[in-house]
Amino acid sequence: MVDNQNILSMTGITKSFPGVIALEDVDFSLRKGEVHALVGENGAGKSTLIKVLTGVEHPDTGLIELDGKLIQVRSPQHSQELGISTVYQEVNLCTNITIAGNIMLGHEPHRFGSIDYKKLNAFAEQSLKRLSIEIDVTQPLGNCSVAIQQMVAIARSLEITNAKILILDEPTSSLDANETNELFGVMRKLKSEGMGIVFITHFLDQVYEVADRITVLRNGKLVGTYATATLSRLELITKMIGRTLVEFDDLTKLKRESSQHIGGEALLQAEGVGRSGSIQPFDLELHAGEVVGLAGLLGSGRTEIAQLLFGIDKPDSGSITIEATPVKNHSPLSSIERGVALCPEDRKNEGIVAELTVRENIILAMQANLGWFKYLSLQKQYEIADKYIKLLNISTPSADQPVKNLSGGNQQKVILARWLATNPRLLILDEPTRGIDVGTKAEIQKMVLSLAEEGKSILFISSELEEVLRTSHRVVVLRDHKKVAEYSGNAEKHIDIKTIIQTIAGV
Amino acid sequence: MKNKTPLLKRMRENRLFWPLVAMALILIIDSIFAPGFFKIGILEGHLYGNLIDVFNNSAPLMLVALGMTLVIATGGVDLSVGAVIAISAGMGAVLINPVFGNQEITNKVAADPNLTNTPLWLVVVVTMVAGILCGLWNGMLVSRAKISPMVATLILMVAGRGIAQLIERGQIMTVYYTPFFWFGNGFILGLPVSTYIVAVMFLLAWVLVRKTSIGLFIESVGINAKSTYYSGISEKNIKLFAYIFCGFCGAIAGLILGSNIKAIDANNIGLNYELDAIFAVVIGGTLMSGGRFSLLASVVGALIIWTFTITMYTFGVPANALLAGRAVLVLVVILLYSDYARLLMNKIFERKGSQHGEAN
Repeated sequence: MVDNQNILSMTGITKSFPGVIALEDVDFSLRKGEVHALVGENGAGKSTLIKVLTGVEHPDTGLIELDGKLIQVRSPQHSQELGISTVYQEVNLCTNITIAGNIMLGHEPHRFGSIDYKKLNAFAEQSLKRLSIEIDVTQPLGNCSVAIQQMVAIARSLEITNAKILILDEPTSSLDANETNELFGVMRKLKSEGMGIVFITHFLDQVYEVADRITVLRNGKLVGTYATATLSRLELITKMIGRTLVEFDDLTKLKRESSQHIGGEALLQAEGVGRSGSIQPFDLELHAGEVVGLAGLLGSGRTEIAQLLFGIDKPDSGSITIEATPVKNHSPLSSIERGVALCPEDRKNEGIVAELTVRENIILAMQANLGWFKYLSLQKQYEIADKYIKLLNISTPSADQPVKNLSGGNQQKVILARWLATNPRLLILDEPTRGIDVGTKAEIQKMVLSLAEEGKSILFISSELEEVLRTSHRVVVLRDHKKVAEYSGNAEKHIDIKTIIQTIAGV
Repeated sequence: MKNKTPLLKRMRENRLFWPLVAMALILIIDSIFAPGFFKIGILEGHLYGNLIDVFNNSAPLMLVALGMTLVIATGGVDLSVGAVIAISAGMGAVLINPVFGNQEITNKVAADPNLTNTPLWLVVVVTMVAGILCGLWNGMLVSRAKISPMVATLILMVAGRGIAQLIERGQIMTVYYTPFFWFGNGFILGLPVSTYIVAVMFLLAWVLVRKTSIGLFIESVGINAKSTYYSGISEKNIKLFAYIFCGFCGAIAGLILGSNIKAIDANNIGLNYELDAIFAVVIGGTLMSGGRFSLLASVVGALIIWTFTITMYTFGVPANALLAGRAVLVLVVILLYSDYARLLMNKIFERKGSQHGEAN
């Protein structure tokens, strides 16, 4: 059904920033009525390409043609006027006003000088119906699931412009499977209406499910554009990371080896630890050299456990013991002193300190432990930073780069480095691979296992079940703020993914 | 590789660049239109002239700007420094009054320039303690009670002058004890004593924030308080420290101002200093939202305000028109720092830069 006519073609796009070439001679085209996936590792240039298309950045060289006419996108507003609509990863809407209000914001119909709410709601309902969604548009947006919010964002972007092109930047990263399917339904519907959709995602399953063509970028260069049907998954990954994947085999081997070193005594023991409203009392034992995975749906209480163990929240029942010493002070600092570290789930708001340099971000927790007056000398700081930049393969021009300039995967590594520098015995990783490309993901998983082999205890939290199973020696399953089961596997008998899915679902 | 960025660009990215440009502009205007501006003479063994005036007059503001820089860097603001000045100066004036402790304090008795019951060192210490307590109060409200900084410090801004009036029994307290005048009027090696006090305080502040981890923590708190807390840093204590230090700076500024004026009016001493200090910090390039800061740039900011003021005096601008003049200065500086101006500058400079690059 794909019409071969290009509505958009970008040729020879080059964009450089001080010190880096973000895009080099990249071509990209979009046909009428197709879903075109844009894939690549973090820092491959996907975002920059989208920014050029939406007028946030201006290309150094290169041509953009829309409907056969040469255009220059001056600003985001201008791109909207041209019919290019974008929905970003994080929904930029007002959760305190109604759905209808959000969709029509700035375009409200008026009657006698005041807003005509009847008309407003009718318009909004209509535009959601176009996406096959029927919902009470007068409720505050904040009451709706993230998926609905995403739909509202799409409806809004379609409403305010006569969009020919829709750009979806990581729309599924906070959606669960059902919600993702709903979104795909909407995408297919828009596609059949002749809309061209650019789809950016890290989930390769989704690429294969919904995309007609795939464009792969690597290090700011175009690797190629392929029809989805002709490109196998392995080929795709190879093209994205520029090397073949053997890491997964390594991983299994590593895991088998490391499982022999698991300590017998519990490093951390939680008995009946709970906090009303966030997690029901649970027992948990963590051993040195062991990776324990926490599986469960988003909001099942995974993050709550991590925050209780790290001392961000105080438990109101039960006791936590670390190496036979009961924990009395619950605070991040006292946790660091006890050798507990937490890489938080929300990298942007709880992890990085954006304007500080890579060096300062890395030494932050270590310095917190040393206190106000034992300031590490600059030389020592550089030594530590350089050590971890090398060890974790962090790609940054220098240790003096503000961490906000790094790609998501590298920011995550900086946070990891921050905690490794404190030399923890227990490392809690809450979604350490979210929004990170395949190559870095494998690197992080591998690192988790080698850290366990060094004798560290690791609590591994992830929404991706396969990843949890791949790295963990033992898996704890959570459902509705409650620990419901615990499974352990060994070299011969792997933990069965089906069992876990059933446990999560509660069947 | 590191030197690849063009020199001009690196200069422009330096925090001190714009403050120094602004300063140079004012001085250039002075050198053209007020030829006598730079004249420095010697009178009774010490230097005098407009530039010396600038230093002497701006000393209290520079001090307050130091403290304000740290507070703003944590993402807060301290509106009470003017009131803190009034409280500490009032405290000093009452203590130094010869009848203190003997009878009801009045202004009329004992204009004896050498008479006091309180030793000078004690006056200085009590003044400092008063400032520190004010800072503690602000800091507790902001960091423990979680009141937004503007509201929290507004309380002391309003109440502080009342407290100062209570301390002074509602009078304008005149100081007769001459040794007290040294802080605001004395000279060492020809330069005003206040300049030395500023230098010492600057050094103290600099060592305190840059030779310990406090500076890093302050910046980190200002940029992202949550991440900072998650990293094991007590964001509360960092904020508390900043407000206490700001109160301390206010106290010393009060000491110098009181000593300089010799008659402390609780309603007028240090009036609008909080706003001038905020402005000095903004000129110095520290964002009001917190984060990266430069003590030196804030000090230059304070100097700019006073160079400008003295320049206006030199041109014979009447005192009541002065505020309008300052408003223009504020406007120009804020515009210079706006994204729009920055974009424009980048365009202008980069065009030149790239031509230069091609020539290479």
